[in-house]
Amino acid sequence: MKIILKIISALGLVLTIIPSLFVFNGTITMQNNYWLMGIGMLLWFGSAPFWMKSKPLEEDN
Amino acid sequence: METNTATEENSTLISRLDALYEFDREPVSEKKLHGWKTFIGMFSGEHIAGTEFVLGFLLFQHGVSGKDLILGLLIGNLLAVLSWAFFCAPVGVKTRLTIYWLIRKVCDPYITVIYSALYALILCLLAGSMVYVAVTSISIPFGVQNPNYPTDVIPNLPWIIIAVVIGTIIALLAVLGFEKIAHFAKVCAPWMALVFLACAIAALPAIGINSLNDFWQKAPSEIFKGVPLNGYSQYTIWHVIGLAWLCNAPQHIGMSDITIFRYAKSWKQGFASAFGMYIGHFGAWISSYIMVAVYLKVIGSTSPQPGDVAYFAAGLAGAVCVVVAGWTTANPTLYRTGLAIQVLTPNWKRWKVTLAAGILMIIAACIPAVVHNLDRLVAYNGIAFVPLGAFIFVDLWILPKMGLESYYTEKKRSMISWPAGTAWILSFFVCWFLYAKDNFEFLSSFPQPNWLANIKADLMYLLAPEWALAVILYLLFSYLQQKSSKLKMVTN
Repeated sequence: MKIILKIISALGLVLTIIPSLFVFNGTITMQNNYWLMGIGMLLWFGSAPFWMKSKPLEEDN
Repeated sequence: METNTATEENSTLISRLDALYEFDREPVSEKKLHGWKTFIGMFSGEHIAGTEFVLGFLLFQHGVSGKDLILGLLIGNLLAVLSWAFFCAPVGVKTRLTIYWLIRKVCDPYITVIYSALYALILCLLAGSMVYVAVTSISIPFGVQNPNYPTDVIPNLPWIIIAVVIGTIIALLAVLGFEKIAHFAKVCAPWMALVFLACAIAALPAIGINSLNDFWQKAPSEIFKGVPLNGYSQYTIWHVIGLAWLCNAPQHIGMSDITIFRYAKSWKQGFASAFGMYIGHFGAWISSYIMVAVYLKVIGSTSPQPGDVAYFAAGLAGAVCVVVAGWTTANPTLYRTGLAIQVLTPNWKRWKVTLAAGILMIIAACIPAVVHNLDRLVAYNGIAFVPLGAFIFVDLWILPKMGLESYYTEKKRSMISWPAGTAWILSFFVCWFLYAKDNFEFLSSFPQPNWLANIKADLMYLLAPEWALAVILYLLFSYLQQKSSKLKMVTN
């Protein structure tokens, strides 16, 4: 399950950065970039909080 | 009778402070130490935040050229990393105490209270500027106009209502679950870093830059023009170095991050700060600089707001990034403000203190001048707290080598450390005066001798001399205090 969540998170990050490169070289429009970045955001926030470990310093032991 | 009252007041102050920090008195045990991964994650999360949107904008508004921007950020961030690694982390690892206990041991309880009050005030303003950043984005779907500073000294009523609602939600969440939101902030960090980068890349075609070749050709004239906007002073490489190095001065040379580094296995983990500096204060600042340059060229606004610019470059994801960045920074800032205020009002419950801090935060958010002078605010933040870091450095590392005692005030059970108090006041006011004499009308109208008039110092330039002055003064006063005390003992 954790590996699936990590794959979804990675996909979310890919959809966050790669579309901007396509806009840069003129492959996609800015509007499509907005959509793809929006989907990337949903994928990231829908998966990352469930597998990323981040406890306060005092609680790690 | 008066003596009794004074003693009672003193003991009340000490017992209040001690009660507040009862779990932080003991040094951290070996079992609780953390490795590199924890510190890399912590620094990366903390320094990719809402302020990055504002500081990149400020550098553009002050007309920083491309060369000055890149070189200045490389050097300034390097100095910041070295300050964490060579000043702050070694003290945290050596003492394994919080900043509160160290100021208490090195200086005195009164200085701890003054430190907390000033820290609370500055943190409220910083949290307020983060709420401001978040509201500039939330206002977009409601069609509410963002304030056009300096024309709009106070935002319009609908904007203020949104700020009050957002500020109240942030304050309530800080009361209910700080740690969960702190965790959420770390989850946001990798995504936010990529959104910053994506915004800068996607914005470039709007000014006719569609390849790397275009970028090298057009960037100097279209983006990095090096001309300040109307009403803004010209910043040079020295300002950039100063801002990058000293925007976190209270944390590194001011030593407040010893509270974190007391959990480090080795002082070398201070170098983990490089991840926060070079992703956040290098990559994100340059991205935000590029975003605002393109936005101004295309839209022609005179007062670009973070929300408008991020929405322009990345749509909904950009707007959400601004809200999340503002919120995740405002929340821990508000929590720290609550802790600082609690030193002053120890009988109040934590929720009451945090809500009081929240009200101050909302008021600050509704004053656009606060966020538009964030660089000044950051500089005052540094100039106020840097001397305390200098005292800790001298007390722990230099005094023993001179045959003098560390923690002298505590060992003598004295309530006042005159060397620390006097050195703090003198170093602060000498440096502030050198800045204020040219920037405040009530001082600039007085005639100045030539040598003084020739000193044109910005606050940013003064933090390092202030640190050195604080070191010299504290050394001198400590020497006088301890030698005169020994002399008295011999005479008696």
